[in-house]
Amino acid sequence: MSQTNPQQIEYNLKVVRQFTVMTIVWGIIGMALGVWIAAQLIWPELNFDTPWLTYSRLRPLHTNAVIFAFGTSALMGTSFYIVQKTCRTKLFSDKLASFVFWSWQTIIVLAVITLPMGLTSSKEYAELEWPIDILIALSWIAYVIVFFGTLVKRNTSHIYVANWFYGAFIIVIAVLHIVNSMAMPVSFTKSYSVYAGAVDAMVQWWYGHNAVGFLLTAGFLGMMYYFVPKQAERPVYSYRLSVVHFWALIGLYIWAGPHHLHYTALPDWTQSLGMVMSVILFVPSWGGMINGIMTLSGAWHKLKTDPILRFLIVSLSFYGMSTFEGPMMSIKSVNALSHYTDWTIGHVHSGALGWVAMITIGAMYYLIPRLWGQTQIHSVRWINIHFWLHTIGVVLYIVALWISGVMQGLMWRAVNADDGTLTYSFVESVSESYPFWFIRFVGGLFIVAGMILMAVNAYRTIKAGKPTTETIDVAPREAAAQSA
Amino acid sequence: MDYITWRSLYTVLVFVLFICIGLWAYSKGRKKRFDEAANSIFEEDEQRNNKQGNTKQESKNNE
Repeated sequence: MSQTNPQQIEYNLKVVRQFTVMTIVWGIIGMALGVWIAAQLIWPELNFDTPWLTYSRLRPLHTNAVIFAFGTSALMGTSFYIVQKTCRTKLFSDKLASFVFWSWQTIIVLAVITLPMGLTSSKEYAELEWPIDILIALSWIAYVIVFFGTLVKRNTSHIYVANWFYGAFIIVIAVLHIVNSMAMPVSFTKSYSVYAGAVDAMVQWWYGHNAVGFLLTAGFLGMMYYFVPKQAERPVYSYRLSVVHFWALIGLYIWAGPHHLHYTALPDWTQSLGMVMSVILFVPSWGGMINGIMTLSGAWHKLKTDPILRFLIVSLSFYGMSTFEGPMMSIKSVNALSHYTDWTIGHVHSGALGWVAMITIGAMYYLIPRLWGQTQIHSVRWINIHFWLHTIGVVLYIVALWISGVMQGLMWRAVNADDGTLTYSFVESVSESYPFWFIRFVGGLFIVAGMILMAVNAYRTIKAGKPTTETIDVAPREAAAQSA
Repeated sequence: MDYITWRSLYTVLVFVLFICIGLWAYSKGRKKRFDEAANSIFEEDEQRNNKQGNTKQESKNNE
C-alpha cells in the first residue's frame, strides 16, 4: 500500500460529545426522579399536595427520562461514533446529525413540560401527545437517514456487527412509534388512539415489548459489540454466533408482546403464542450474553485492574440474568403470581439498571477521555467507586422487589379455605411492602450517588482536555479496493 | 390461497431461511471473512502505531 498524499477525512465527534454530555445529565435527572417517586411510595406527602408533583405524573416522566433521554441519547451518540469508526468515513450529513441532536433534546424538554401538566395519551412508554409524536417521527427519520447514509458511503467492504444491531434498533423503533402513535386529535393537547379495545392493548404491547427488545436490547447489544472487544483489546468471541443470534433475536422479539396481557381480554391463543415466543427468546438472548462475556476468555485478569471492563462485563451478567427471568415470568402460571406485583418492576430494573445503565456507563467512561483529547479519565479510582455504588444499588433494588413482589402475589391470591373469601385486603399487602420499598429507595440513592460521581469525573476530564480532532486516511484503502 | 395457508407457508419459509443463515454462518468458507471482520475494529490502532503522531491522541485503556 503506497501512502502518497492520502486523502484525509475528519470524523464528526462533535455530535458524539454533545450526546455524551446529555447522556450523563439526563441519567442523573431521570434516576433522581426515580428515587423521588420511590420515596413518595413511602412518604406520600413528598408530592407537596401539588398536582404536577404527584406520583402519577412523575412516574411517566421518570420512565421517559431514563429510556428516551438517558438511554436513547447514549444510543444515538455511540451509534454515530461506531458507525464512523467501523465504516472509516464521516457522518452522512453533519447538519442532519445536528438536527437529530437538537430535535431529540427538544422532545425531551417538551416531555419534561407536558407530562407533569398531566398531558398524556396514557399509553405506557408512549405517553407524549400527538404534536410531540410528530416531532419524534421527524427526528427519528433524520436519524435513519444519517445512520444508513453513513453505512452506504462506507470505505469498508463488511458492515461490522455492531451496526447491524444499531440498524435493526433504528428501523424497528421507527415502525413501532409510527404505528402505535396513530391517533385522532381532538385538540392540540388531546388525542384518542385509532385502535379500540383489545386491539389497542395488543398494538400498545407490541410496541411496548419491542421498545424493550429493540431499543433496550438490540441497540445496547450494538454498543456491547464495539466497546467490549475494544476495552478488552480482543476480537469478539464468535463472530458467527453474533450473526446467528442477531437474526434469531430480531425474528423472535417481535412476537413477545402478548405476555404483557396474560389473562386479559386478548384471545387465549395470542397469549399462548406470546408466551412460547418469549420462552424461546431465552436462547438468542443468552447467545449474545455468552458472546460478550467469552470475549474476555483468556484475559480474565483484566477485570482485576480495569473498572471500565468490569462495568461492561457485569452488565452482561445482568443481561443474562434478566433474560432468564423474563422468559420465566412470561409463562402463564408464573405470570399469574408475578403480574401487577413489584416483581415486574424489579425485573425491569435488573434489565434497565443492570444491563442498560451499566453498559452505557462503561461506554461513557471509554468515550470521555477519547473525545476530549485525554489519555486517561480524571480518576480511575472513582470509576471503581462508581462501579461498587452502582452494583450495590442494583442488588438492593432487585432483591427488595423480588421479595415484596412474591409476597404481594401470594397475599393477593390467598383465600380462606372454609368460605373462599380473600385472606388479606389490598391495603394489608401495601403496608407489608413498606420495608422493601425503603430498601429500594436506599438502592436508588446509591445509584444516583454513583452517577453524580461520574458527572464530576467527566467534568474534570473534559475541563483538563480539548475536543479531539481525529482524522482518517481513506485514499490507500480506496486505491486498494479499485485495484482489487 | 387463503390467509391462513399463506401465513403457515410464510412461517415455514422464515424457519428454513433461518436454518440457512445458521449453515451459512458456520460454513468453512466464511471463517476467514468473519475473523477479518471481528478484527477490523482494531485496524485503526495498528495504523496509528505504524504511523506515530498522526492524530492528536488515542488513549490507552485505563489500567
